[in-house]
Amino acid sequence: MNDDLEATVRAALYAIAPDIEGDPLDPDARYRDQFEFDSMDLLRYVADIHRRTGIDIPERDYPRLESLAGAVAYLRARRGGE
Amino acid sequence: MSEFRMPSLGADMAAGTLVEWMKRPGDRVERGEVIAAVETQKGAIEIECFESGTLDRLLVEVGQRVPVGTPLAIIRGEGEAETAPAVMEAAQPVAPAEAEPAKIVMPPPPPPPPALAPAPRPAATAGGVRFSPVALRRAQQLGLDLARIAPGPDGIVGLREVDAASAATTAPVAAEAPPRAAGAGIDLDEMRKAIAAAMVRSWREIPHYTVASTLDLEPLLGWLEAHNATRPVPERLHYAAPLIKAVALALKAVPALNGHYGEGGFAPSASVHLGIAIAMRGGGLIAPAILDADTLDLPTLMARLEDLVARVRGGRLRSREMSAATATLTNLGERTADSVQPVIYPPQVAIVGCGQVVERAVASGHAIGARRGMTVTVAGDHRVSDGRAAAKFLVRLEALLHAPERL
Repeated sequence: MNDDLEATVRAALYAIAPDIEGDPLDPDARYRDQFEFDSMDLLRYVADIHRRTGIDIPERDYPRLESLAGAVAYLRARRGGE
Repeated sequence: MSEFRMPSLGADMAAGTLVEWMKRPGDRVERGEVIAAVETQKGAIEIECFESGTLDRLLVEVGQRVPVGTPLAIIRGEGEAETAPAVMEAAQPVAPAEAEPAKIVMPPPPPPPPALAPAPRPAATAGGVRFSPVALRRAQQLGLDLARIAPGPDGIVGLREVDAASAATTAPVAAEAPPRAAGAGIDLDEMRKAIAAAMVRSWREIPHYTVASTLDLEPLLGWLEAHNATRPVPERLHYAAPLIKAVALALKAVPALNGHYGEGGFAPSASVHLGIAIAMRGGGLIAPAILDADTLDLPTLMARLEDLVARVRGGRLRSREMSAATATLTNLGERTADSVQPVIYPPQVAIVGCGQVVERAVASGHAIGARRGMTVTVAGDHRVSDGRAAAKFLVRLEALLHAPERL
């Protein structure tokens, strides 16, 4: 199930930042420490994750989705609780 | 009968290379509809038609470099007869000699400005199918199976065919085929040269003055947090949306900051078409306009902004967006710097620069509190306005930002 969540998060990330697809991505580091990723990118990426998963994500939780591993862990926890 | 001429694509671009026709002789065209794509230093720009009618004939072939003002096509108005000679074949990509009755009606090109776009590429063949260059790049960016895209009636796969194929294969959850980014579609070196040309011209021709204030953003940000907390993700606003609206409304109140300066002097604009500076990863910078930004409600503005950002990444901007801006907003964003002294983009006469949001200790009465603020710097053209006009703009902007529910 984690693979499916990771694939979803990656798909959302590359949908809004297609130019970084194919580049190495450190799952544990924040996106903004690896490439330019601003608050507009974050909002669009979260919106894309929401579209794909149906999970509504409050603004205060956005910082937890700012890395691949963080996002996967967050979504897994939200799904587990539903 | 009227000639459809190559529109201006911005102050720093004098010519582009026609890379695709989206319409063919005999097709109906509507005002505002995209009818061709032109390759420039800023990537592929879609050219919109100025009037409705029927496309009578094409005057320029794919692969041709066209200066601004060149007649590109003839459009037949309602009820007019077709021209007597057989209409020209739909333009083919530049590739060896099919005998084309190509009638090129072009004035002699002006002396080229420095750093023009590179020479046109021939049509590419991929998977046994012929593509126009811009369509091939788009198809590759979208990851489509090149061999399975059906060509148009002329046997060539163009942008229209690629988009149709992409829409057919898009997963249901995605709102649209994700546009791929600048890297593949835009030559950043060429873009940098275009920016350089515009900035040199600006510095040479426009006497700049600057005026700045640090505005209290706490009311706006507090309102935004409350607004977003009660809405699902797709309805949330980024602070840029109310900021754009407030800037547009403030510009409307100070006409000396909104319009174009040309041969005849300054022409204020009744509309506020706000150019939004959008940075691209890799170093590109482009400032397409949100038209009539002062009239749009916040959800619409947010949608336009997101659409613009997506299309900047995908290299898919429209000619009107590139030349219509009556003023520009450049917002540095977070983790950047406190203020910016922006440079006016000719033929505009003002530019508004926003630094990062910073929480500061602010005195009010006898108390000191922590409040989030943003330093906004206005640069104006001193031939047209002076510091008082820019100061009036800043005062107005702060008042608008302090009543966000009314934006």
